[in-house]
Formats: sequence, structure tokens, C-alpha cells
Amino acid sequence: MTTTLDGPSPADPAGSAPDDITLHVSDLTLRFGGVTSLDGVSLRQRRGEILAVIGPNGAGKTSLFNCLTGAYRPQEGTVRYTGVGRKPVELLGRKPHVVTGLGIARTFQNIRLFPALTALENVQVGVEVRHKTGPFGAILGLPRARREERESVARSVELLDFVGLRHRVDDIASSLPYGEQRRLEIARALGTNPSLLLLDEPAAGTNPAEKLDLTALIRRIAGTGISVLLIEHDMRLVMSVASSVVVLNFGRVIASGTPAEVQRDPAVIEAYLGSDGAAIPKPTEGES
Amino acid sequence: MTTSGTTPSPEGTELTEPSVTPQRAPGPRRHRAVPAATGPGPGLLELLRSSPVHQLGACLAVSVVLAVMTGPDGDSDHPFHGIAKSVLAPRIFIFLAIGLAFWALVQVSSRLGAVKQVAGERLAPVGRVLETRPGRLGGNATLLAVAILAPQLVSSAAQQSLVNDIGIYALLALGLNVVVGYAGLLDLGYIAFFAIGAYVTGYFTTKTGMPWHSPVVFNPFFVLPIALLVAALAGVILGGPTLRLRGDYLAIVTLGFGEIVQLLANNAQGITNGPRGVFGVPNPSVNVGPVHYQWSLDPKPYYYLLLGFIVLVIFAFGRIERSRIGRAWAAIREDEIAAEASGVPTLRLKLLAFAIGASVSGFAGVLYASEQFFSPQSFSFQASILVLVVVIFGGMGSRIGVVVGAVVLQGLAFYLRDKVPPADRYIYFGAVVIAMMIFRPQGLVPSRRRRREIQLAEAGIHGADPLGAAPDHAA
Repeated sequence: MTTTLDGPSPADPAGSAPDDITLHVSDLTLRFGGVTSLDGVSLRQRRGEILAVIGPNGAGKTSLFNCLTGAYRPQEGTVRYTGVGRKPVELLGRKPHVVTGLGIARTFQNIRLFPALTALENVQVGVEVRHKTGPFGAILGLPRARREERESVARSVELLDFVGLRHRVDDIASSLPYGEQRRLEIARALGTNPSLLLLDEPAAGTNPAEKLDLTALIRRIAGTGISVLLIEHDMRLVMSVASSVVVLNFGRVIASGTPAEVQRDPAVIEAYLGSDGAAIPKPTEGES
Repeated sequence: MTTSGTTPSPEGTELTEPSVTPQRAPGPRRHRAVPAATGPGPGLLELLRSSPVHQLGACLAVSVVLAVMTGPDGDSDHPFHGIAKSVLAPRIFIFLAIGLAFWALVQVSSRLGAVKQVAGERLAPVGRVLETRPGRLGGNATLLAVAILAPQLVSSAAQQSLVNDIGIYALLALGLNVVVGYAGLLDLGYIAFFAIGAYVTGYFTTKTGMPWHSPVVFNPFFVLPIALLVAALAGVILGGPTLRLRGDYLAIVTLGFGEIVQLLANNAQGITNGPRGVFGVPNPSVNVGPVHYQWSLDPKPYYYLLLGFIVLVIFAFGRIERSRIGRAWAAIREDEIAAEASGVPTLRLKLLAFAIGASVSGFAGVLYASEQFFSPQSFSFQASILVLVVVIFGGMGSRIGVVVGAVVLQGLAFYLRDKVPPADRYIYFGAVVIAMMIFRPQGLVPSRRRRREIQLAEAGIHGADPLGAAPDHAA
């Protein structure tokens, strides 16, 4: 169980220049009435990198995600996103489905599947976002409609296979165990063909074995060239999988850097983990 | 995962139990706080609290209310005359007997849960056969054969009803099913598109029916595509601003739209001929090459025309339901936030559902207008509700289901036509619908997805509301 955690932190995929920034958040400020949820948050994510956002409850992590994906409209700041081979675009003020269309997919902290659809259909919904079949094509069974239908099934099965749910294709989403629902949600997000994947606490509520599977899955996703922005409470997972870490507290970035740097940062130890620095588990420390 | 102490696993019990347990559960807890010292002995209290006794009381109370409602009227001189004559008369025993029988039925059905389960297992092979492709084809072919033979076997009054009530409402229900059953949007003004279809027909097909008419008149068949487009456009115009609203708000706005259209039809006398209605829309006719056919007063040819369109619509909507559009609708219905985040353009797809539903309604309006005289009364709020009831009763999201729902409910209306006073008809109607919602909330012939959603909702799993309203969006 500990052997996978002992592995070295994943390096950046070859060929990504240091200034190849896929996501550039600057001075993001979000207020709800008098409450400031995000206060001048800035961060940069390089292409292909796994960047983790950590912080205590209420630090603004999920608010940050909701700003990036168009669910919230922050009062100030800019979010520039650069897709593969695309020009940088501003994300703020765009609707969630448009953001997804630009190549940013997300999962939710409290899993949001389509509970009565099968696993396959859940993924198909994501895959078919890129398809063009309209009502007339579907009614008349035009060649493109039939081709897209075949492609949708094939691609969805492939993705279910990728997340390890090949055997669950025809099962109802809500009938899956918790950990498998998490992975199904990831498969649905991958179906939209993203170049940046936002994972909101993917390990929440999973058991240690599922956490290991998840760690491996996140690495494999990053291995395909997809950048991963990860919110996570599980420090062991963050330290073993992320190449950079941004720490939020009270809506502010209080530290950023490599996992090792962040772990040593006194502000992080003070604000996030309490003054007892020994609470940080090191990636090499094994216990089960 | 389970709520209110009921496990939703066995087929039989899950249908009856949840309707009883949730109401019962808070009752005793509330009373327990009050010391029972002043009341009768604890044994009697215990008995009164038991759910069969509660249910008996409810059944008898409802039967007394029904007896009063269907009984003779009172007047200002004798305000209690009606009540006295309906309660203190022998007919009360009939109603009490019905109430008692209904209570007994509830008791037996909840006790026999286990027996039902065994029966269900024995019947499972039949269900499985019907789920296979040849089984489904066979089932549908049988239904079609029955539908083709039906008008030959019934009286001419019933044939008329088959066309005006069942056929038209089946078509309307198929259209509303797209909006309510597939996309999960509650539309309470659906009949407005039907009215638009009928008035478009009036405009284009006759110079005498309405004060405002087209300079050139057409055969009603040529009006079909026009009405389809106009109704779809009306759907988009209504939906554009309102589909941003969720759940109850959408229902209220569509309700208002339905009322506006009916009031316009009623009051714009210079355009629509007002409450006198529209006469003289010609019957449709076909003149293609050697084929010449004129539909006339005989309801049978209309029936087959409608049947043809219904089969066509069932087929077309089946294709849409199984396509990416159908899946996206299901996604929106189950969790709109997740659908949006998965890249589904929710507003556009909801508009599409609205437009498709509206176009079928407009289509039905043309057939309705060309078959007979129509007036604004045909487009009342009650008619909108009736279509909605047909959809829910038949089984939301199930194409065969809503057609069967139209047959059963409108068949019931036809059966009651001469049996009970017209004003009482809806009481029986309501009783049937209430019984249906208690014992079979998924509808007569539920779609597989809908059945699962209702089971999930009863088990308290998020995102699956039986009425398809958008779930809460705690982000």
C-alpha cells in the first residue's frame, strides 16, 4: 500500500516550456454581500501540471472553482485560460457550459451524477457535448447521427475502461459504490475532452484503497497531457501527486510552491495545520 | 440512503408503504410530549394511533365528503338541505361501503406485500420478454392492431369521442411529454399552443370563420407545417425569457401565458370572432395524382388520420429520446447544475423541448380545427391541466404510456358522460388520479428511466424529484 506513495513526484511532461501557462488567475476577488470569499487570489498553472489548492474549510477553494467554471461571478480580477494551440481567453462572465466547451471540465465536492442514468449514459452526456446531431438528424437517422452515436458509445466505454469501470457500463449510476461514483464523475468530465480538469476533493469520503486507486488515476490523467487543478484535504494525496501547491486561507493565497516548500512554510504550518508542524505527513511516511 | 424507515427494495411494499409511513411518523412523537392523563385509557389511544384505524377514519371521512359533493344542492332558505339529504339518506350507505371497501383494499394490498413479491417474481419472465426487442415489437404491434380495430367495435358516439377526446389528447400528451417527461419542465399553459394551431388554421383555411383571415385560403394539410412553425416560434418566444426560471416560477409564467392566449381568443372579437368561435374550417382533402379523398363528418377516417400522426410522432420521439438530445434532457431533468457543468447548453435544450412540444400541440390544433367547430372554451386552463394529468397518469417520459393514459382517462370521461351529472365528472376523475398517485406514482406504463428516478426519490437520493423539478442547487 505504501509503495505507490513512495514513488517520486510526477515530473512535468516533456516539452512543456516553463512559461507555457494554461491557467492564469490574477487578483480574483469574490464577495457575497459583506463577506469576502476570495481576496485578490492569483495563481498560475503550467500546462500538464498537477496543481493542488489546499486550505482549511471555508478558505475559498470551492468558491475559486465556481468562479473559474462560470457558476459565480467575481467582482474583480481576470482568469485567462489558454487551450492547446489556442489563443488565451478570458473565462470570467462565461456560462458553465461555454467554459466546458473551451476545454475545462470539473467534478463536484458532493458527487453530482445523473443518478437514474447508466454509467455509460452518464459519460455519453459529457462526450456528446462535442457532437452536432440535431433533432432532425436524430429522427431521420442521418449518417452523421448514426456515426456520432457509435463514436459516443465507443469513446464512453473507452473512458469507463480508463477509470476502471469497464464492468459497470450498464449499471445505474446511483447503484455504484461511493468510490466508483467518484471515478464515474471523473470519466464524465474527461468525456468532454478537456485540457484542464478541475477536481473538487476527489478523495473525500473514500477509503484508503480507493485513495490509492485515485492517486494512480490522477497521475494517469496528467500523463495523457491534461492539466489537473486539484482541491484536496487529504495531505498525503496532495503531497504525493501534486507538483505545485497553492495554499488558501480566508480567501487569500498565503503560500505557493512545491509540496516540500509549502510544507516548510511557517505561514502554512501556522495558519493551515496549526502551530504543531508535526501534523504534516510526509509523502514517504508510511502508515496504514 | 433510506428515509423514514422504509427500505425501497421489494416491489410490492415500496408502492404502498411510503405513502403511509411519512405522515404517520411525526404523529405519535408530537403527541407523546402531551401527557395523556386527561384522555381515555392508553389502550384505546394506542388503538386510535394505529395506522389502520387512521386510514379507516380518512376513508370514511372522504366518502362522506364525496356523498355531500355528489348529493342534492341546498338553497338559501334551507342551507343544510343538501347536506341533510345527502348524509341522512340511504345513499350514504353506498358511499360508506365504497370507503370501507377502499380501506380494505389498502389493508390487503399492504399486508400482501410478500405475496405480491412472489407474484412479481412469477410474472418476471413476462416482463423480461417485454423488455427484449422482439417482445417490445410484438407488444407495440398488438397495441397498434387494437388501435386499428377499435373504431369498428364501438358506437358512433364513441367513435366521435375516440377522435375528439382520445386522439387529440393523445397527440397533445405526446407533445407535453417532451416538455414534462423528457426535459422535466412544468408547463401549465400548454393548451395555448393548441389554440395557436387552431387559430392559424382558421386564418389560413377559411374566409368566413374569422374576421381576420388570409387573402388566399389553403387546404388544412398545407397549414400543418405553418401551424407547426408558428407554434414552435411561440414556444421559443415564451421560453426564451422564462426558461431561465426554475421549477415553480416557470409553471406560473406558463400558466399566465395560457390564460393570456385564451383571453385574447375570447376578447379580440375583431380578429378571432371571440366567444362565438370559428365555424367553417374546411375538412382536409388529398388531391395527389389519381388519389382524391375528402375527409367529412364521419369520424372514422379522422381517427385513422390521427392514428397515423400519433404513430409517426411516437416513432420520431423515440429516435430523439435515444439520441444525444434525449440523454441531455434526462441529464437536465436529473441535475441541471451537473448537466451545465458537463457542457450541456441547458437553456438551448430546454428551448428545444419547448419548441418541439409546442409544435406537436400546434399540429394537433390544425387537426382539431379542421374536424369541427372550435371556440375559446376548448382552450381553457382546465384543458391544460387535463393534458398534464394524462401525461402524469400515463407515465411521464413514456410515449406508449401517455397514449394509454389518454385512452384510459378520456375513456373514463366518456363512460361517465351519461352516468353522472357533468359537474360531478371531475370528482371521479380526481379520485382515480389520486388513487393512481398513491398506488402507482410512476404512471400506468412508466418509462424505465422515470421508474428508476421515482424509486431513487423515494429512497431520498438527491437530484431525482418525481415531478422533475430542478433539485436544490447548493454549490
